[in-house]
This record gives sequence, structure tokens and C-alpha cells, in this order.
Amino acid sequence: MLTLTHFLILSCILFSIGVAGVMIRRNIIIVLMSLELIFNAANISLAAFAYYLESITGTVFVVFNITVAAAEVAVGLAILVAVYRRRKTVLVDQLDEMRY
Amino acid sequence: MIEQIFFYIFAIIAVVSAIAVVTSKSPIHSAIALIITLLQVAAIFILLRSPFLAAVQVFVYVGAVVVLFLFAVMLLDLGGEKIKEQFHQQTVLGVISSVGLFVVLLFMLSRGSLTAPTGGYTEAVLAKNTEVIGKVLFTKYIYPFEVVSLLLLVALVGAVVLVLNQKGKDGV
Amino acid sequence: MDVWALLIIPIVTSVVIVFITRKWKNLSSYLSIAAVIACFFIVLPYLIEALGNPHMHGHEQAFTWLKVSGLHIKMGTFIDSLTVVMLCIVTFVGSLIHIYARGYMEGEEGYSRFFACLSFFIFAMLGIVLANNLIMIFIFWELVGLASYLLIGYYYQKPSAADAAKKAFLVNRIGDFGLILGIFVIYYATGSFNFGEIEHQVMAGHVEPWTMGLAALLLFCGAVGKSAQFPLHVWLPDAMEGPTPVSALIHAATMVAAGVYLLARISFLFYMAPPEAGIVVAYVGGLTALMAALMALAQSDIKKIIAYSTLSSLGYMVMSVGLGGTGPGMFYLMTHAFFKALLFLGAGSVIHACHTNSIWEMGKLYPKMKATGVTFILGSLAMMGVFPFAGFWSKDEILSTAFDSGHWLLYGAGTLTAFITGIFITKIVLLAFFGKKRYHGNPHESPPSMTIPLVVLSVFAVFAGLAGFPGLEPNFGSFIPSHGHHGPHHFNFLVAGISTLVVFAGILIGWKLYTGEAEPAHRLKAQYPCLYKVLENKFYFDHFYDGVLVAVIYNGIGKILNFIEVNIFINFLINGFAYNVRVVGRALRGTITGQLQHYALFMVSGVVVLVLIFLQYFV
Repeated sequence: MLTLTHFLILSCILFSIGVAGVMIRRNIIIVLMSLELIFNAANISLAAFAYYLESITGTVFVVFNITVAAAEVAVGLAILVAVYRRRKTVLVDQLDEMRY
Repeated sequence: MIEQIFFYIFAIIAVVSAIAVVTSKSPIHSAIALIITLLQVAAIFILLRSPFLAAVQVFVYVGAVVVLFLFAVMLLDLGGEKIKEQFHQQTVLGVISSVGLFVVLLFMLSRGSLTAPTGGYTEAVLAKNTEVIGKVLFTKYIYPFEVVSLLLLVALVGAVVLVLNQKGKDGV
Repeated sequence: MDVWALLIIPIVTSVVIVFITRKWKNLSSYLSIAAVIACFFIVLPYLIEALGNPHMHGHEQAFTWLKVSGLHIKMGTFIDSLTVVMLCIVTFVGSLIHIYARGYMEGEEGYSRFFACLSFFIFAMLGIVLANNLIMIFIFWELVGLASYLLIGYYYQKPSAADAAKKAFLVNRIGDFGLILGIFVIYYATGSFNFGEIEHQVMAGHVEPWTMGLAALLLFCGAVGKSAQFPLHVWLPDAMEGPTPVSALIHAATMVAAGVYLLARISFLFYMAPPEAGIVVAYVGGLTALMAALMALAQSDIKKIIAYSTLSSLGYMVMSVGLGGTGPGMFYLMTHAFFKALLFLGAGSVIHACHTNSIWEMGKLYPKMKATGVTFILGSLAMMGVFPFAGFWSKDEILSTAFDSGHWLLYGAGTLTAFITGIFITKIVLLAFFGKKRYHGNPHESPPSMTIPLVVLSVFAVFAGLAGFPGLEPNFGSFIPSHGHHGPHHFNFLVAGISTLVVFAGILIGWKLYTGEAEPAHRLKAQYPCLYKVLENKFYFDHFYDGVLVAVIYNGIGKILNFIEVNIFINFLINGFAYNVRVVGRALRGTITGQLQHYALFMVSGVVVLVLIFLQYFV
């Protein structure tokens, strides 16, 4: 019998992998992909809660989440392209103008 | 029982490919691994009796987002970079802290408990999944819906503007 | 809602002039005049209602302004017959003075600024008059103070004007401190700021007498500042640095009367408080009246003489209110507004013609300026209180109040003041309009925009007193809600006779002193050199304040505070903190690497640590 915990643990694993990806990869594209993993982890837990609580709110929220994720990727990749044109790099640690 | 078997299959594939997203050398490989992960998530949505979400997941993520990623990768020609350069110098610390995060999350999961179901959306009602979601989306959540669509529009226009402006200035 | 329009119209006008029409001088002045006249027409229906029904039921409107736990302040307006009297004075005299100012200020720099300030003043003054609670009174009290400051300092490039403005503001501040303390005491005692509720509590005897006495005297401090009573009277003569219309409107007819109005509003407090409170007020008023009249004797600046006579008139009003005669006090306030505004405007007209303030450089102006001369003389007769001009009736009511109260000292001071007033008003009239020609240049009559207000005001200066005519029923006295005195005032032939005699004696002495071929300038000085010197130096009040108070505060307390500030606040607190912040900042600067992923790492580890801490304490 599948329980809520199954889904939540899966969600936690994906979330942690996504967080790790954000922290360890230098390539911005992969950082953005990791962000998508985090989004998906959140979506799984929302959908799971919706199912087990017999409420539709979580499901609707996932729809919104996916929309926001799409918007975020569009803007993120546009920024990436703009940055690459200017700096000729996609490595996050080289974009450190904002330091002291 | 069958459900459980399927869940484990999907979950294991999702986790493995997610790890591949984070670790593979080439961004192309990462993108493909991401597609696999997202498809597994879509399958998980089906297990959660939400075929609508699964469809949206496939359309939006696999159909649009990942394609966008691939476009970016190819447009910028980011193919051959060495594995050593791919990882940040804080990799070890990062892995440790994300493992710590996972442990903490699991611990909180073990402490939590699910209260009684609140809504009336039982499995029977969810048989017409898409219809149900559509009704709620266009009645109760109409304002958030409008706001989100506006956000999407702004984001797309913003993306175009960001890319165009640079082109004009630098002539690239 | 038309009541709120009374406040909204002037302030909007003021803002519009400042931000939009400043460049177009004429438009600005017309806007300002239109605003105050509009206010007058809004007030008219209330006047008609009050005339029809002397004990009109108060109109009250309020909205919640501030609501925190334990403190609930409502802003609102309250209109009863007392308010109506003040509203009419402010808007009617205000309208005339606005019109007058159009001519008087012609060609001055900052013409629009002047009218913006005037409109702002009308706004603030109407706010005081309309207020139904003490907080609102206090706010608008400060706003009229600001308007007064701005207008006294109108010629801000002139150091004396800037100093006078500062002096007015600072001296008022002392009184206002008492006022706000009084408001606190009242709130402490009754739990309300609203006049109606306070009155209800006080009249029901829920407040201890000594608390009421304390509150009444503290509120009186505010009136002492605003109405320039002894010992805070020093700012009013200096305030004459402002343009003459300002002196007429703010420093004679309306703002300085606000203190008297406040006392009239809270007259129930004096009624219920121990009688000593009222006596203190009355004696302060009487002393101010007499002292100011004496000081006026030795002045040679036409505006300052009138200013001192204003002081003494205000002393009259305060004395009357202190003795429980709210009706006579307000009656005098009304007539005074007319004839004192008239005197100031007439003086302004003369100054406009001669370009000097000194009455020794005028003389024989009457043939040149007939309209100004006639109206000024009418105003003077009203001021001196000659039968049957306005001042006679109102002064008589105050004197008989003092007479009936049995305080002979006060009655004597009042009568003596009337006598001295006779002397120095005669002095102005004789020296400015008659006698030998001493002016320079070629003075000529002022434009109609200045003379018409003079004529209108002189009509009121002559006839306004009939509102208090003893035979009339109901007459002015029955309009004013009064606690101590009952019914309309009854005429006392003895008092009236004595005061008339005394005034004529004053006129006669003034006549003897200031006419004749010999130089009259120093006749008084030659006869009583010591007394004259004291008077000329205004009883050395300014010397005292400058020499003792300012010296002690400035050099004594100021130095101590400076020492504390430099060593403790600046060196220790400010520089010390700044130094520490800099050290810590330098140390922490290393964490700002600009690397996004460092921040992400910090964030995630922070989340882990926080969750662990919360789990330890809350699970």
C-alpha cells in the first residue's frame, strides 16, 4: 500500500539532489536544471498532499507552480544568454562582481 | 501491490537520473537526464490520480522547458568542458550540507502525522480529473490564474527584451 | 460636510498657491481672497441659525483619527454659538484684511507666498475654532504658531524680522508646554479629549477640584503664550516686524484672541475649579492690561503703540474670563477684532503713504488722507471706549464684571488702563494726522482696495457694540454659554459714568501733551525722566530675559549639555559605535565573496542548523 510518506521521501530525495546541484555545479545551465529538480520535488509533495488530503488545492497549486517555473526558465535563460554575450562565460563563480 | 512496484520503478529511475543531471559532464547529457526525471515525475502524478498534471508536466517541462535548455546549450556552444572545471571548489561541503538537509527533512517527516482528509475530492470525484481541476481553476482560483498568466506574459516579453537589447548594443 | 469645507478650502488654496500659481501674483491673491470669502459664506447659515436661536444646539461631527489600545482619539468639529462668533470674526475680518493686503502688499517680493501663508493661517485658525477636542486644538494651535512664524518672518532677509519670528515661536513654545501638560491632566482626570465629554464629567463632579484647578491653570499657560499675557507678552510687540495686514489679522483680531477663546471654551473648568484659579487668571489679565498700557505711552512706532494696546485689550479679555465673565470677554473680543483691525489697517495705510513707522515723522496727514483719517479716528474712539462706539459697550461690560466681582484692584487696574489708553490713542491721532507737518516726500491716499476695508471695518467699529446693548433681548451676552453669570448683562451707570469720565480725562491730557507749537516729543520725558526710561525699556522684561534667563540657560546649562554631548554622546556612543561597526564590518567583509553558490551553501547550512535548534526546543 502506497502511503503519503513514500511520496514525501521521494520528494525529499529529489529536493536534496537539486540543492546539491545548485551548490556544486559551476555551469549556470546545470544550476538552472537543478532548480527545476527542486521545483519538481515540491510539486510531487503538493500533489501527494492533495491526493491524500482529498483536496484539490494542492493540484491547482502544482499547475501554478509549473507556470511559474516556465516563466523562471524563460527569464533565466534569457539572462544567461545576455551574460554570455557580455562575459563569454557561463561559469557561476566567475560572475563575482558583487563581492567586496 | 502493482502500484507499489510501479512507484519504486519510477522513483528509482527518477533519483538515478536526477543524480545524473547534477553530475554528468556534458550539459546535453544533463538535459537528457532531466527529461527522464521529469517523465518519471509525470508518471508519479498519474499514480496520484492526476493525469491532467502528468499531461501538463510532459507538455510544459519536457516539451518546452527542456527544449529551451537544449537550445541554450547549443546556441552558446557549451559542449566540451572538462569535468574538473564543472565542479565548484566547495563540492564536498555542498554535498555534506545537502545530505544534512535530507536527514533533517526525513527526521521532520518521521515526526509529522497526517490529519483526516479535509476536502471532498475523493478518488471517485477525481475520476474526471481534468474537468474538476478546470472548474476549480476558473471559479475559485480565477484571480490567481489571471495573475499567473500575466506573470507568464511579462516573463516572456522580458526574456525577449533581455536578449534583443544585448544584440543591439554589442552587435553579436 | 460643509463644516469640513471650512478647513479644506483654505488649505487647498494655500497648497495650490505654493505649488501651482506662485508665478501669477494676481491670480494667487484672488484665489486666496476668494477662499476666505467662500469660508465666510459657509459660516453665514450658522450665524443666521445662531441669531434665531441663541442657545443653539451644538453641531458635532467626528471621525476616528487614532485608535490604539487604551487611547481612542476622535477628530471632529463642534459648532455652537461661541464657535459661530469666532468663525464670523475670523472669516469676516479675514476677508477684509485679505482684500486690504492685495493693495498693501503691491510690488512686494514674495507676494504669492504672503497669500499662501494667509490662507494657511485661515485654515489653522478655523481649525482651532472648530475643534471639538483638545488634541485637535493643540495641533491647530501649533499650526497657527507656524503661520504666525512664517508671516512675522515674511521679510526674512531683515535680521530683526527673523529674530522676531524666532522669538514669537520660542516664547509661544513655553506656553504650549503648559497647554499640552494641561491636556494630559484633563485626559488623566476625565479620560477624554472631547469638550462635551469633559464638560459632562466636570459638571457631574467626577473630577477633584484641585485637578480641575491645575488643568485650568495649565491650559491657561497656553493662552498666556498665544494671547501674549504677562510674563510671555514680550513676543507680541516684536511681532510687528511682519507686514501690517498680518499684524491686523493675526496679532490683533484673531490668533492672539485664540487664547481667550480657549479660556471661554473651558470656562466650565474655571467655574467648577477652586475660585483661586480664576483669580490668578484675572490678575494676570489685569496686570497685563495695565502694564501694556503704560508701556504704550513711551513708544513712538505707530504699530508698536497699537500692539501694546492690543496687549492691554487682551489683558482685559483674560481678566473678564478669569472673573467668570465669558460673555463680556467674548463680546470685547468681537468688538476688539473690528476696531483693532481697523486701527492696524489705518496705521498700515499711513505707513504705506509715509514709508515710516515713527509717529514723529508723520503729522498733518489728515488733509492728505481723509478716508484713512476719518476711519482711523472712528477706530480710535471705539478703542478708547467713547459712548456710543463699540468699545464703550464691551469695555463697560468687563469693567462692571470686575466691579461686581468685588476685586477692587482689578477694577482699578481696568479703569486706569482705560485712562492711559485715552492718552496714547489721542497721541497717535494727534501726532499722525494733525499738528505740524513732519513727513517727508509726498504722501497720498491709499488705493480703494485698502480704503474700502477701512470703511467697512469702521462701520462695525461704530455699531458692533450695539449687539451688546443692554436693552436688547436677546443681546450678545445670551449667545455665549456661560456658567458663572446668568442672563444678559445689566447696565451699571456708575461704572459707565466713571469710565467715560476717565477716558475723557485721558483724551484731555493727551491733547495737552501732544498739541501746541512747542515740540511735544519730550514733554512727558522731561517731566518724568525715570518713569519714562522704565517705560521706554518696557519694564526691562527683554533685558531680564536676555540677561538672566538666556545667559543662564545658554552659558550654564548649555555648556554642561555640550560637555555631555561631546564626551558621552559623540565620542562614546556615536564614534564608539561607528568604530565597532567598522571593525565588525571589516571582519565580515570576507563573507561577501560575490559567489552565488557560497551564499547558497550558507543558506542551506543555516536552514539545517536552525531546524536542529528548533527541533531541540520545540519538539
